[in-house]
Amino acid sequence: MKKVFPILGVLTAFLLSYALYQALVVAPTEKTMGDVQRIFYYHVPSAWTAFILFFINFGASVVYLIKRNPAADIVALVCAEVGVVFCTIVLITGPIWARPVWGIWWTWDMRLTSTLVLWLIYVSYLFLRRFSSGGQTPTLAAALAVLGALCVPFVYFSIWFFRTQHPQPVMGGGGSIDPRMLHALLINWLAFSCFAFLVCWSRYRLEKLQREVDEAHALRSLLDPSGRVR
Amino acid sequence: MTGYAMTGNPYLFAAYAVTWIIHIAYISTIVSRYVRLKREIADLKKPGVKS
Repeated sequence: MKKVFPILGVLTAFLLSYALYQALVVAPTEKTMGDVQRIFYYHVPSAWTAFILFFINFGASVVYLIKRNPAADIVALVCAEVGVVFCTIVLITGPIWARPVWGIWWTWDMRLTSTLVLWLIYVSYLFLRRFSSGGQTPTLAAALAVLGALCVPFVYFSIWFFRTQHPQPVMGGGGSIDPRMLHALLINWLAFSCFAFLVCWSRYRLEKLQREVDEAHALRSLLDPSGRVR
Repeated sequence: MTGYAMTGNPYLFAAYAVTWIIHIAYISTIVSRYVRLKREIADLKKPGVKS
């Protein structure tokens, strides 16, 4: 496994470079927005990646609640953390795109507000994991994650149910997209998904190691210097 | 187009730059935590060191 990681890292770096080339060079310039529309190739794949990570967090949390499997708990934690990183990018690149196009940085419409609420739910999840101690923490966090995941479809479909300033979705929104734009979008999504997978993998290994070290510290505190139980 | 797209539009440059700054910052935290943990493991392996 140690040899696979660098190979995947190099492949992902190539894929990200190719995706950047697609976004900045190959994809045609949008007629009304101009070059600023190219933010789309980072904004939308980041949102999709965050949603997928939150769904994996949901699945892992359900598995943890049923089976009390520590590996599922680590997967849930890791996916929430990396998902929050991607969701933060969505919440920052969105206003940067909105300013030149809408003339405002932010508006309290349903898509933007629900995305902010989703982000706050998962930040709360991470705060709970970080600052709460005790055996019940993973269970409480898993319960919060299950509730938080219910917000994900609401965020995605909010632009169908409510009149919002945010444009309609690319997939299933009824609009059309230039094939070169769609290709650039999907390549960027694939590249960011591979990148997210590698980051999650590293974070998973780190968390596992951290728990092993914590266990070793706990065990050592029970033993005296000669190795006998105190 | 590539040079023009990035330099000609500060919003586009800002969005792409912010994305990578956030990713690099997050990866840096993972690396620093890993380095700290390796040091902790080395300390644990030393005989007679109390945690």
